[in-house]
Amino acid sequence: MSQAAIPAAPIGASTVTRAALIGAALAFALAVALLAGARYGLLILIGLGFGITLEGFRFGFAGPWRRMIVDRNPDGLLGHLLSIGVVALVAFPLLSGAGDELIGAYAPVGFAMVGGAFVFGAAMQLVMGCGSGTLVNAGSGNAIGVLTLPFFAIGSFAGAYNLIWWTNLGSLPTVVFSGTSGLIVTLAALAAVAAFVLWLAPPELRRIPRRYVWASLLLAFFAILNLIVAGQPWGIVYGLGLWAAKGASAIGIPTEPSAFWGIASNQQRIADSLLTDVTSLTNLGIIGGALLVTAWRQGFAQRLPSYPARAWVTAIVAGFLLGYSSRIAFGCNVGAFFSGISTGSLHGWAWFAAAFAGSAVGVRLRPRLGLGG
Amino acid sequence: MTRRLTAALVLLLMAGLLSFDLASSRPLDIYDQPSLLALGSGSAADGAHCAALPTE
Repeated sequence: MSQAAIPAAPIGASTVTRAALIGAALAFALAVALLAGARYGLLILIGLGFGITLEGFRFGFAGPWRRMIVDRNPDGLLGHLLSIGVVALVAFPLLSGAGDELIGAYAPVGFAMVGGAFVFGAAMQLVMGCGSGTLVNAGSGNAIGVLTLPFFAIGSFAGAYNLIWWTNLGSLPTVVFSGTSGLIVTLAALAAVAAFVLWLAPPELRRIPRRYVWASLLLAFFAILNLIVAGQPWGIVYGLGLWAAKGASAIGIPTEPSAFWGIASNQQRIADSLLTDVTSLTNLGIIGGALLVTAWRQGFAQRLPSYPARAWVTAIVAGFLLGYSSRIAFGCNVGAFFSGISTGSLHGWAWFAAAFAGSAVGVRLRPRLGLGG
Repeated sequence: MTRRLTAALVLLLMAGLLSFDLASSRPLDIYDQPSLLALGSGSAADGAHCAALPTE
């Protein structure tokens, strides 16, 4: 058969399907705006932006860290540093001038915080999905991601339930870099890390692909928008824990005895709709954005992989650990690493170091648990 | 089996979550909504973030 006789393979969904996908996404955001309020509809759109960027450019956190550890390829990690630096350039002046209208991702460094970040780093390499990555994986129909997500939510609820106990094991006062001097320290530290990973990398890998530059800049744009609209930086795990907390309440598990869930503001959030919770809305948007991109590319035609039983068990355990550890670490790759550093919290840097060490362990564990090399 | 199955499962889970939420939560009040942007609103940020320790 000649080459010309081979029918062209479909490279994406039809125009009608694509128009319907965009229409459905916009209709959902509009419905939230009409039911709950304009800010909440806008947060759905921001979440869609995050999801479309992450899935559309195939840009995440677990994969780039793995490439740095295994191949000393710094491409994605440099993209993270670029994106965090761009957000910091805007967020620091905003936080300095906005009074209490805006808050940063500030948390104390402590024993449990560092340990939690280490466990999170290891677990995210097992399932190749971090906080945002698990949402994107689920939205794109990745079977491991779909299984991991509910256990991530349950783990997040449980971790928050015990958060105060863990934090009382020992924490430093919260350290925040702020103002012009804080911004200079943060940008200098980001540049130093970038120089270090470039020094570690072989010469032919010392670059950021153009698509990662675009992805980094778009992520920064949506993260800044998130701060301006919501009054707080981009986060993931509070929302997931809240989903499980609402479920726990519904089946009679008391949340009041928890030093975290029992406080008045969290009891109110359990009683209120998820459509008024900032991180729940952006999380829903991320899942929707990944789903939209995958459908756009006709990616749902991809066959599901076959894994041994221990791989599925690993996904469940790792999902729970991702949720639990990210709560006691005061955030995941988004809330602690991305938003912590870009708003000046020292805990973001401690999280980065501990999670990267954990990732090195996770990379070695992954093939032994049947999830591939 | 293809990803259509898992994607359908995710859509069902999300639809179920939102249905359960709307049925079991305090009713939404469109007249009690915050301003569009937190920046410039004059109100203190009161959302919940994973980095925040409870202060109450």
